[in-house]
Amino acid sequence: MTIIEEMARKIRIDIIQMLAAAKSGHPGGSLSAADILAVLYFKEMRVDPENPHWPDRDRFVLSKGHAAPVLYAALAERGFFPTEELLQLRKTGHFLQGHPDMKKVPGVDMSTGSLGQGISAAAGMALAGKIDHKDFRVFTLLGDGEIAEGLVWEAAMAAAHYKLDNLVAILDYNGLQIDGRNEDVMNSAPVADKWRAFGWNVIEVDGHDLEQLMNAFELTKNLRGKPSIIIAKTIKGKGVSFMENQAGWHGNAPSPEQADSALRELKGGKDHE
Amino acid sequence: MSEKILNSGEKTATRDAYGKALVKLGGENRDIVVLDADLSKSTKTADFAKVFPERFFNMGIAEQNLIGFSAGLAASGKVPFASTFAVFATGRAFEQIRNSVAYPKLNVKVAATHAGISVGEDGASHQAIEDIAVMRSLPNMTVLVPADAQETYQVIKKAAEYQGPVYIRMGRLAVPVLFDETYNFKIGQANIVRDGKDATVFAIGLMVHEAIKAAEELSSQGIEIAVVNCASIKPIDREMVIRMAKQTGAVVTAEEHTIIGGLGSAVAEILSENYPVHMARVGIKDVFGESGKPDELLVKYGLTYSEIIKAVKDVLAKKQS
Ligand SMILES: Cc1ncc(C[n+]2csc(CCOP(=O)(O)OP(=O)(O)O)c2C)c(N)n1
Ligand SMILES: [Mg+2]
Repeated sequence: MTIIEEMARKIRIDIIQMLAAAKSGHPGGSLSAADILAVLYFKEMRVDPENPHWPDRDRFVLSKGHAAPVLYAALAERGFFPTEELLQLRKTGHFLQGHPDMKKVPGVDMSTGSLGQGISAAAGMALAGKIDHKDFRVFTLLGDGEIAEGLVWEAAMAAAHYKLDNLVAILDYNGLQIDGRNEDVMNSAPVADKWRAFGWNVIEVDGHDLEQLMNAFELTKNLRGKPSIIIAKTIKGKGVSFMENQAGWHGNAPSPEQADSALRELKGGKDHE
Repeated sequence: MSEKILNSGEKTATRDAYGKALVKLGGENRDIVVLDADLSKSTKTADFAKVFPERFFNMGIAEQNLIGFSAGLAASGKVPFASTFAVFATGRAFEQIRNSVAYPKLNVKVAATHAGISVGEDGASHQAIEDIAVMRSLPNMTVLVPADAQETYQVIKKAAEYQGPVYIRMGRLAVPVLFDETYNFKIGQANIVRDGKDATVFAIGLMVHEAIKAAEELSSQGIEIAVVNCASIKPIDREMVIRMAKQTGAVVTAEEHTIIGGLGSAVAEILSENYPVHMARVGIKDVFGESGKPDELLVKYGLTYSEIIKAVKDVLAKKQS
């Protein structure tokens, strides 16, 4: 098992544990993005957990802010704060807010939670990098329901206009949002064509294939003059069979019994944690 | 004195009553259409969608378009109810509401749920604490805040009958039922839930329940306060506000909203120009909320009957000095 594979697995375990402890939160869209965050925080991004405000760091903006658990798990596993803190998620007075808060959580680069706004701020960060001739990059994760927001496309147009090739968006293309399947709630297809038409480089991958994800990020480094988007085909709830592809697991925490069964599956019978 | 917020007994969230009201009114008025932005299970418009699928439209996660479509539907004779969380309805789509609904005085009902800090665990990004202030500031806009399930039904019914823009603010949390079927809500009218001579508490939403508890507690200490439910925040019942200020000589407002621009401001605007009395505002003190259990947050942010009692004693002391 590679380090990144191991990290993705740990992140998924953290997600289940923290949601079970919080008794609320969003498992589906957190689990679908675990492999993407593992690649970002353990391979791709230039960050320093000791120095979360390092001006030259790469930035990550969780535009789909409800997936905070996957971000907090990745940050904790990467060393930004102790993993024990994860169990205090959503508790009164604790720093781990239901949606990412940049003023409270070390490593969170932008406060999000209102869909559509994250990519806009991420593009602004990328523009600041261009102004200052810095070589940091900005990554942002979008939901496929989220891209119904007009603001996403305003940001997309402007990012291409300003040739923000230091901006990389990742679309968590899991096919589901709260009220059901994207195609039933608000059809956004054809997604890749839309981004291409807006002037972006488009790379399509299996969002649970670490090789493909790493190659895609590698590719974006050499694509100049345009922002890039990695359209990552994912499974909502990935890794926990009873949550996979179920819209009902968007925003409900597992019961203690469900969490046990999920953890057994994620730990593969082995006693890791 | 315990800090427990909620009584036992029958409790229903105003959003649940909203879903049921839509189904009932949808059967009576075929022009009613309902729109949502990917939150129909939470706002309870899903109840309507089940019964009248041909008159329900999911706009996806696109609140500005939710309001824009509603404006167009209203301009063409429909009675649209547009629902999402209060933060996104009045925040993301504010300027659509201003320029495409309020300005042309179109018959759109913006029916928002998950208002206030009692949203709980989702945290500050999802807790609308300023929605009344921004909606109240718009010309042509009517602003209604029901306090229980029965009143919600009446508010929705009256909003549907009224010609023009209405903002309706509802909550996520279950609250005790206060009114029975004989209750008659009218736009522009406040109602006295309990009479008193020493001070008046004007309240909305779940703070009406807290105000009643405060009144009971104070009564046992020999202080008799009136509790007035101001479900119609705009137009507000001017006569009632002035009359109660004259009757009791001291006023407290209580709202699950920032103290800037909401009920407290509305009452202060009327009294300062007509009949100034000592006044205190119970509400969120110009800060954002946070994640946590709703009842813990209500205590932490001072939205309890004990805060109302403190405020009443404060204005009484000033009145007597
Ligand atoms: C502006 C805004 N509108 C509505 C919501 C409520 N909301 C939270 S998550 C969600 C669905 C997101 O679906 P998607 O983008 O597909 O995310 P994923 O499937 O990856 O969880 C909605 C409607 C929000 N957070 N922000
Ligand atoms: Mg999705």
